Amino acid sequence: MTTLRMKNPAAARQPARFNWLKIAVFLLSLLPLARAAWIVLSGDAVNPVEFITRSTGTWTLSFLLITLAISPLRQLSGWGWPLRLRRMLGLYAFFYGCLHFTTYVWLDQFFDWPGMLHDIAKRPFITIGFAAMLLMTPLAITSTQGWMKRLKRNWGKLHRLVYPVALLGVLHYWWLVKKDLTQPMLYASVLAVLLGWRLVRRLRQRSS
Amino acid sequence: MLIKKPTDIQPSEITPEGVYFNRRQFMLGSAGLLLSGETLAALASKKSQLSTSDKPNSLKDITSYNNYYEFGTDKSEPAMYAGSLKTRPWNVVVDGEVGKPRSFGIEELLKQPLEERIYRLRCVEGWSMVIPWIGFPLASLLKQVAPNSRAKYVAFETLQRPAEMPGQRSRVLDWPYREGLRMDEAMHPLTILAVGLYNDVLPNQNGAPIRLVVPWKYGFKSIKSIVRIHLQEQMPATSWNMANAHEYGFYSNVNPEVDHPRWSQASERRIGEFLKRKTLPFNGYGDQVASLYRGMDLRKNF
Repeated sequence: MTTLRMKNPAAARQPARFNWLKIAVFLLSLLPLARAAWIVLSGDAVNPVEFITRSTGTWTLSFLLITLAISPLRQLSGWGWPLRLRRMLGLYAFFYGCLHFTTYVWLDQFFDWPGMLHDIAKRPFITIGFAAMLLMTPLAITSTQGWMKRLKRNWGKLHRLVYPVALLGVLHYWWLVKKDLTQPMLYASVLAVLLGWRLVRRLRQRSS
Repeated sequence: MLIKKPTDIQPSEITPEGVYFNRRQFMLGSAGLLLSGETLAALASKKSQLSTSDKPNSLKDITSYNNYYEFGTDKSEPAMYAGSLKTRPWNVVVDGEVGKPRSFGIEELLKQPLEERIYRLRCVEGWSMVIPWIGFPLASLLKQVAPNSRAKYVAFETLQRPAEMPGQRSRVLDWPYREGLRMDEAMHPLTILAVGLYNDVLPNQNGAPIRLVVPWKYGFKSIKSIVRIHLQEQMPATSWNMANAHEYGFYSNVNPEVDHPRWSQASERRIGEFLKRKTLPFNGYGDQVASLYRGMDLRKNF
């Protein structure tokens, strides 16, 4: 996956014929935000802050999982084009994560810094959510071609941080739910399949 | 973002009563509550000194954002699925340590002298509303069955009918939903059985046809759609305590000092307001109820 990309940096540059796909995915990825804005502005959300927090949070997780699904998809299908979308999808995970974090800081806590520090220190689900957000930040910063070149081999190593980010993100959801674990379990199962796929592949490669 | 502060709401934006009643009739009609011989005339009730002067939330807020796991765990689900619940015929059995155990039909309960009680409701999840309930003191019902000296606690049970309550088909809680109060809490004048809100019978998603309202405790104590009230000597098992004793105690009095293990209870978001407000001890009813707990360690008895 990442190694392939580094061996052949030219492959990462996208030919013009793929632009339409990129534009479509770019716009499609904005739909969750548009939908949330519509629901809030039309007054359909009784508790808008809770709704925005949930919506941006679950979409962060969804984009993380979609990003992690790119490599297995390419390996299974042999298609090259999904790889060209991976950076954008990963950046969308970061984008929704930023919105989620901003909602917490601004709309939920209203810049109550002592209160938030207390939360981060005392509430495990907030601690790990915050940790996931911190770990995602260097991945977003180093997502450019320039950073890929600068970091060379280390770029791939650094970007393996996406695995702990996804694990922490799902755990963050799991720990905050009051009783009904159906939703977090759904995200956890998809993540388990995506990580399991990598593990099995690795073991097979080693044994062959 | 358009988040209105209460002061931003113009009188002209508030739904006129006529329009609002029409809507209620439509909603109730579609919920299958239009029974022969039963009119949907507004429930007559007296105003009460025990009502708060806080501005009540809109009917839409109160009826579309509910925790009622019998109809699903998402707060929008009760409004979507509670229409299937048949609330007639309905009886509430009151028995146990009482001299005159008996069953009360809902028609008889609706004929009790009704009062409007505008109460704050604080959910354990950190949000709150103000709701204009219609009901009568639980004490007046309990007096009719003559509790004996062994009646130390009151246990309540919600209807269990999975065919009409889809949430009961999953085992997210141990059905039927159970709640309980100590006798002095049950007899307290603030504790009511509600049969209506906003001058009409209770919508199904709010616990029709009869529910408990204990305004100084977290919302989950106020059990909905009650079919049994059992007076007993032992402290009863309660649903959320059974589900997670570490997080939900028997008393569950609103207490900003005692955090939920996973979140702070120091503040709350009043539905319709942007900024959080400080949570008050006993949800602001401390003057009336703090004496019930004198000498008790409320951290231990959370």
